[in-house]
Amino acid sequence: MNAYNFAFLDEQTKRMIRRAILKAVAIPGYQVPFGSREMPLSYGWGTGGVQVTASVIGPDDVLKVIDQGADDTTNAVSIRRFFERTTGVRTTTRTDAASLIQTRHRIPETPLAAGQIVVFQVPIPEPLRWLEPRETETRKMHALEEYGVMHVRLYEDITRHGHVETAYDYPVLVNGRYIMRPSPIPKFDNPKLDRNPALLLFGAGREKRIYAVPPFTSVRSLDFEDHPFTIEHWDQTCALCGAADVFMDEIVVDDKGGRMFVCSDTDFCERRRGR
Amino acid sequence: MDADRPLLRARGVTRYYGARVGCRDVGLDLWPGEVLGIVGESGSGKTTLLGCLSGRLEPSAGTVEFTGRDGTVVDVLRMPEPALRKLARTDWGIVHQNPRDGLRLGVSAGANVGERLMALGARHYGRIRATAFDWLGRVEIDRERIDDWPETFSSGMQQRLQIARTLVTEPRLVFMDEPTGGLDVSVQARLLDLLRRLVTDLGLSAVIVTHDLAVTRLLAHRLLVMRGGEVVESGLTDQVLDDPQHPYTQLLVSSVLQP
Repeated sequence: MNAYNFAFLDEQTKRMIRRAILKAVAIPGYQVPFGSREMPLSYGWGTGGVQVTASVIGPDDVLKVIDQGADDTTNAVSIRRFFERTTGVRTTTRTDAASLIQTRHRIPETPLAAGQIVVFQVPIPEPLRWLEPRETETRKMHALEEYGVMHVRLYEDITRHGHVETAYDYPVLVNGRYIMRPSPIPKFDNPKLDRNPALLLFGAGREKRIYAVPPFTSVRSLDFEDHPFTIEHWDQTCALCGAADVFMDEIVVDDKGGRMFVCSDTDFCERRRGR
Repeated sequence: MDADRPLLRARGVTRYYGARVGCRDVGLDLWPGEVLGIVGESGSGKTTLLGCLSGRLEPSAGTVEFTGRDGTVVDVLRMPEPALRKLARTDWGIVHQNPRDGLRLGVSAGANVGERLMALGARHYGRIRATAFDWLGRVEIDRERIDDWPETFSSGMQQRLQIARTLVTEPRLVFMDEPTGGLDVSVQARLLDLLRRLVTDLGLSAVIVTHDLAVTRLLAHRLLVMRGGEVVESGLTDQVLDDPQHPYTQLLVSSVLQP
């Protein structure tokens, strides 16, 4: 792969993206615009995350890529192979062995440690988009902290369903200032964002935005005083490893209505089973 | 609050659209608890003036001053945008002619009424809902319909919902642009009745723009008559309507159809 620069992107582009990342880290939760490049995968497959990863990855990094918690699904496999071929870095499926984790829609169950970087793939970065279609206006609303409308959405959920129905991409307040979309992670993972020792970076390729939650930053999920934020719970434990209090996938196992619940985080599940 | 100070004072408000005049050299004082009507035919500059007064349009010249709750006088046209937006959320309310401009159509009636409360920091679902419930009753909307979308409401109900949504935070000054426009006569009458009661109960000050003299007769204490962007006559409502001095006002008053 000598025809390509290390990690595919040219050095000027990486510099530009690193500047955006530095600014994002300096202003937690603020969406920094950046000059998103065409990547050799289509929008919606993680172009933002791939560009962020390519800009921060170094020869000594150990990379883990997960897709909905799994290390072995298409998106995870192809992005991992992309970086194997363009950088030659070591890859792993073990959360605690990785220095850099690109993830689509999950935060690993294994607690993250200081020094690790997690890169999230973001389809829609703007939390106010649901209520305000104009970009000029949403920027102004962020600048002036006009966030009342976010609660209109929660109000509407409670009114319709008796509880907040939003189960993923649940809006959060970062560092007491900016409202942020945590990318489509289940709200089960929201509490893990709060004061996490790892650096959390978010990249949206099509929307050309980068934002960040620096280590140990407060991240609070929005709620009402009389309808506090709650996370999902399952009656079952994992059918494979017996874990409780983890995020579960429901898997249909035959065409007679048979189903089982297993850990969504494959690495966590395998290690519990002692493989 | 200083009793000698009008709530809203405008001087020399002028707005050009290129070479054309939107409104020219308009001055007015609005006192606390007073309802001021602005009448005139279509194109006479009423809405332009209202836009300038409420800080939504930038005039070519003139000043607009507003006296805040603590008695400080602010220059509406030169205040920073964050402060102006805050003012528009708290002390002011705007009722649009078309309720669809003022409502959030994709969420329930209750959420519409609650939005301004939430924008001001209310974070207790039960209390927000109770307030919304109360306000729907006050504007004579069936409380059962708190969870229905405004799209399913009649236009008269939508207008009443817009009024509830605006008044829920008890603003001190309300700008209304043709609040009864496009409503049929019996619905208009009910809405006027309602507005008159709310204005009295809450001690609101209001600027009401309308081409309908009957509306001003019922609601406004004082009138400005506009023509071609200028104020041609002003005075107490009954005085202007019963004894119009300016030929244009005479024409306007005599043009009202008597069934």
